Amino acid sequence: MNAFNPDVTFDLAETPLRELNAALHKATGESNTRHWRVLNPNGRHALAAGVKAPLTIEVDGHVGYYCAGMNQQANVIIHGNAGVGVAENMMSGFVHVRGDASQSAGATAHGGMLRIDGNASARCGISMKGIDIIVQGSVGHMSAFMGQAGSLIVFGDAGDALGDSLYEAKLFVRGSVKSLGADCIEKELREEHKLHLHEKLTAAGLAGTVDVSEFKRYGSARQLYNFHIDNAGAY
Amino acid sequence: MCGIVGIFLKDPKLEPDLGAMLSSMLCVMTDRGPDSAGFAIYGSGEKDHVKLSLRAVEGYDFEALANSISLTSGGAPKLVVRSTHAVIEVPKAHESAVRAALAERHPEVAIVGTGSRMEIFKEVGLPRQVAERFDLPRMSGTHGIGHTRMATESAVTTAGAHPFSTGADQCLVHNGSLSNHNDLRRNLRREGISFATENDSEVAAGYLTWRMQQGKSLGEALEAGLGDLDGFFTFVVGTESGFGVLRDPIACKPAVMAETDQYVAFGSEYRALVDLPGISKARVFEPEPATVYFWDRAA
Repeated sequence: MNAFNPDVTFDLAETPLRELNAALHKATGESNTRHWRVLNPNGRHALAAGVKAPLTIEVDGHVGYYCAGMNQQANVIIHGNAGVGVAENMMSGFVHVRGDASQSAGATAHGGMLRIDGNASARCGISMKGIDIIVQGSVGHMSAFMGQAGSLIVFGDAGDALGDSLYEAKLFVRGSVKSLGADCIEKELREEHKLHLHEKLTAAGLAGTVDVSEFKRYGSARQLYNFHIDNAGAY
Repeated sequence: MCGIVGIFLKDPKLEPDLGAMLSSMLCVMTDRGPDSAGFAIYGSGEKDHVKLSLRAVEGYDFEALANSISLTSGGAPKLVVRSTHAVIEVPKAHESAVRAALAERHPEVAIVGTGSRMEIFKEVGLPRQVAERFDLPRMSGTHGIGHTRMATESAVTTAGAHPFSTGADQCLVHNGSLSNHNDLRRNLRREGISFATENDSEVAAGYLTWRMQQGKSLGEALEAGLGDLDGFFTFVVGTESGFGVLRDPIACKPAVMAETDQYVAFGSEYRALVDLPGISKARVFEPEPATVYFWDRAA
């Protein structure tokens, strides 16, 4: 871990998770207690879910389901792996998983940024609605399924059915894509997209780590927006 | 939901602690399945003997049962009673005679599993109660699997509790639901596999037994299952020397694994693994969908 002097430390081996979450929900971010450290998370669920203040929360270990769900404004750093649905329905803020993430990372999230240093499992960014997700490893099958807005940037590979039934989410994959889902197609990577990538990588603290021109861009063919009988088999 | 756990030891030094490790993992998974719990444990055994795990009603006189089959089994069988279950050990040569005697004279007793090393215990109730009544924390062995059940496809009964065993030293725990189990059960019965329940998970166990009877390894049987089993599943399976994990291609049901030099462990959730020794330094990963994972002691 970085040199980091927390204002508050919660050791979940001694304090119940409910107390931590209650304290986080009370915090406004206006006082000086902005840096929180959580020890011994031991895979507990819903850790730091529903935080809505500009706090920095460092979690020292692996977390369970829905960590940092519904996040607004907070900067949540997980020094370990994350279970199902990390940063699910995030509105704003920054969630950084230093290890791997399980399924449905960043699902339905409206805003903010999710950075995953390792791999993300299946359905990463399912129904994403504005979040930016950066995965330095690979993502599993059906990632960005029904993605509506925001961007999914994958340094590694993508599994089967990437972007199935995609709306307007922007997908960028540097490695291979096992298969594209219904209505998802490869599109030209123009200068504006390289700029977009550069901007997002800079925001994630990853500027210069990869060459943005190495990504391929994927998006919706927009053939399934309205029901058409010829497409019945694809719905 | 259902919770499943499993542990396969590489380091013999941990063998006396196997039951305690499995028990702690099982209890953490109570939230995922409070209806019933069960476990299979691979302990000591003799090559020319077979252990039969028996289940009966509360307070059943297993001593009398052991006496009544002692002639059939060529002497008094070794007997260990644990609450509603008992394990009797008889020479392999007498196994079919003992089975016939049990069926004829003791139809009230169910055989829940057999094998040279495997013992199975399962009951309705909370995992902690189940682990305590069978004294799981004090058991030792090389590997074991466990299950906490939230009943979905069939009734909350002891017979419906996991693990399911349909072959010698073979057992399976399942999280999920199979959609083609009725059809498969019919076909497997035709192939000579017998089933004790209407439970979908028993069909999965029977399927693997059938494949292994055809000469396939557990790894190959699991691979074949990907094509023939329809529905959602995460399976953890045990054989006399092996431990396998398989998830369906959609991978709806959760799974986390941890591997160290000393063991391989499986949990439906990471928190089931947190009390294992050296877990903070373990390689923690999520098994890929439609991918067979398999460890073998013999290899």
